[in-house]
Amino acid sequence: MGQFFYHTLAGQIILMLLETLAVLVPLLIAVAYLTLMERKVMAAMQRRRGPNVNGPFGLLQAFADAIKMIVKETIIPAGANRALFLFAPFLTFSLAMVAWAVIPTGNGLAVADINVGILYLLAISSLGVYGILIAGWASNSKYAFLGGLRSAAQMVSYEVSIGLVIVSVLLAVGSLNLNDIVLAQRHVWFCLPMFPMFIVFFISALAETNRAPFDLPEGESELVAGFFVEYSSLAFGLFFLGEYANMILMSSMVSILFLGGWLPPLGIAPLTWVPGPLWLIFKILFCLFVFIWVRATFPRYRYDQLMRLGWKVFLPFSLLWMIGTAGFLMATGLLPHMGGVN
Amino acid sequence: MMAQLVFYVFATVLLFSAVMVISARNPVHSVLFLILAFFNAAGLFLVAGAEFLAMLLVIVYVGAVAVLFLFVVMMLDIDFSSLRDGFQKHAPLGVCVGGVLFAELLMAFSNWKMAPANIVTPLNPVPQLTNTEALGTVIYTHYVFLFQACGLVLLVAMMGAIVLTLRERATGRRQNIDKQHARTVEETLELVQLPLGENVFESGGFLRPKGSYYETAVPGSYGSGNQAVAEKEENRP
Repeated sequence: MGQFFYHTLAGQIILMLLETLAVLVPLLIAVAYLTLMERKVMAAMQRRRGPNVNGPFGLLQAFADAIKMIVKETIIPAGANRALFLFAPFLTFSLAMVAWAVIPTGNGLAVADINVGILYLLAISSLGVYGILIAGWASNSKYAFLGGLRSAAQMVSYEVSIGLVIVSVLLAVGSLNLNDIVLAQRHVWFCLPMFPMFIVFFISALAETNRAPFDLPEGESELVAGFFVEYSSLAFGLFFLGEYANMILMSSMVSILFLGGWLPPLGIAPLTWVPGPLWLIFKILFCLFVFIWVRATFPRYRYDQLMRLGWKVFLPFSLLWMIGTAGFLMATGLLPHMGGVN
Repeated sequence: MMAQLVFYVFATVLLFSAVMVISARNPVHSVLFLILAFFNAAGLFLVAGAEFLAMLLVIVYVGAVAVLFLFVVMMLDIDFSSLRDGFQKHAPLGVCVGGVLFAELLMAFSNWKMAPANIVTPLNPVPQLTNTEALGTVIYTHYVFLFQACGLVLLVAMMGAIVLTLRERATGRRQNIDKQHARTVEETLELVQLPLGENVFESGGFLRPKGSYYETAVPGSYGSGNQAVAEKEENRP
């Protein structure tokens, strides 16, 4: 059996497909229940009940929504660029899926445990802007186009500070491998020594996923629904899935970079009995809860305030912190691999 | 076997999209094909074992530079027919430039030879080093001054772009957050003591402000209190 899977081409391909399914199926179910969680949590915060009709505690609501979305008619507006119009949601969805290849759920437990894992995540998330930009342009609609432009400017701006935050984490780790980043937090999670960067990264993650209070690209009060105003049915569903999968991805990035990934909070007995993947899931759930909490609490930013926060507050601050981290590590001799390579 | 297959797929798509960049009619399609070309070039880097360069290519070119391209091209209102007008006139010049470039390429590549040692080990010349570390040790030791000079060139370009676009317009309304935070209650709020009941009058059991719609309204015509309308109604034969 092992002979077949590891030593023949067909076996390797089958193994790869199985690995992919093992990541994607739970991910899609998680996305479905994230929408339910969002509605339930927001309802609790606003002293309502939330969905409670379909199934016990409304647990089947997610599937009811999915079926409703699938059976609706796909409308392609006249004057839209057909090919690109349909390509955009597909791109957004598949990018949100492929990023999961490098996320380690346990020690070395990733579909692809590559050396440049964090760069891969940055590359994939920087591609995410195309789905939105293409959707905005191909819809041939003013609202969609404005939403697309806003989103592109916003995502490009916040990627810069995300990059700098990641650099300061990498300085302390000395490797671009996500597994090494987690293992470097055995003694202390990075959210303690780098607490300000943790906050900057979390807020940038909100902006990167176009979530409230930075959901200006959707901006229903002024842009109707922003870049996906012309979409319906499954095309809209793909955007929706992609957006929520990106939320989970960003939460897992926060967990891996700052909350110790699959590591327990302390390396002592009752905590180490819980398997690593469960710890990662707990941490992701915590981050998602904060995402929803923020949405239920804060009003939307004005666009110039959003840009000011990104370029004039986060960028200089994270740059300064990065230089400070480098200086501190150099001065105390804690810099990984100091004095020669490895 | 697998690596070769992947290489040929990437290379084919790369060449196809490079051709489409110059032959697509819609400029937005051109930019999207350019992005596809970048992406496939990154794939080729990956096949060659240069994973760090591949990721940087995607992050820098696809994620940042091409977004700005796309931004600009999408905003342009291009008249396609006028683009084709000058084709006949400029064709000879274009052919000349293309011919010269082609001849140069031909001369360069006819004498091109790979060093035999490099053909044998195209991947990872120093096996114990990862890609990132190898690049880092070269760039930040032997070529650190060139690296710094590149940074300065980019800095000058950035400053130039800022100088060209940044201007304070007299009509521009810019929020000064420090100024807003520095305001005190005394500067912004004024308490006015108004005498009670001086500027109101009673009408139909309610107190109404003086000079308002209710004062000018014709008594009894509730809802159509506009005086002009009321006069018109009266003057009707």
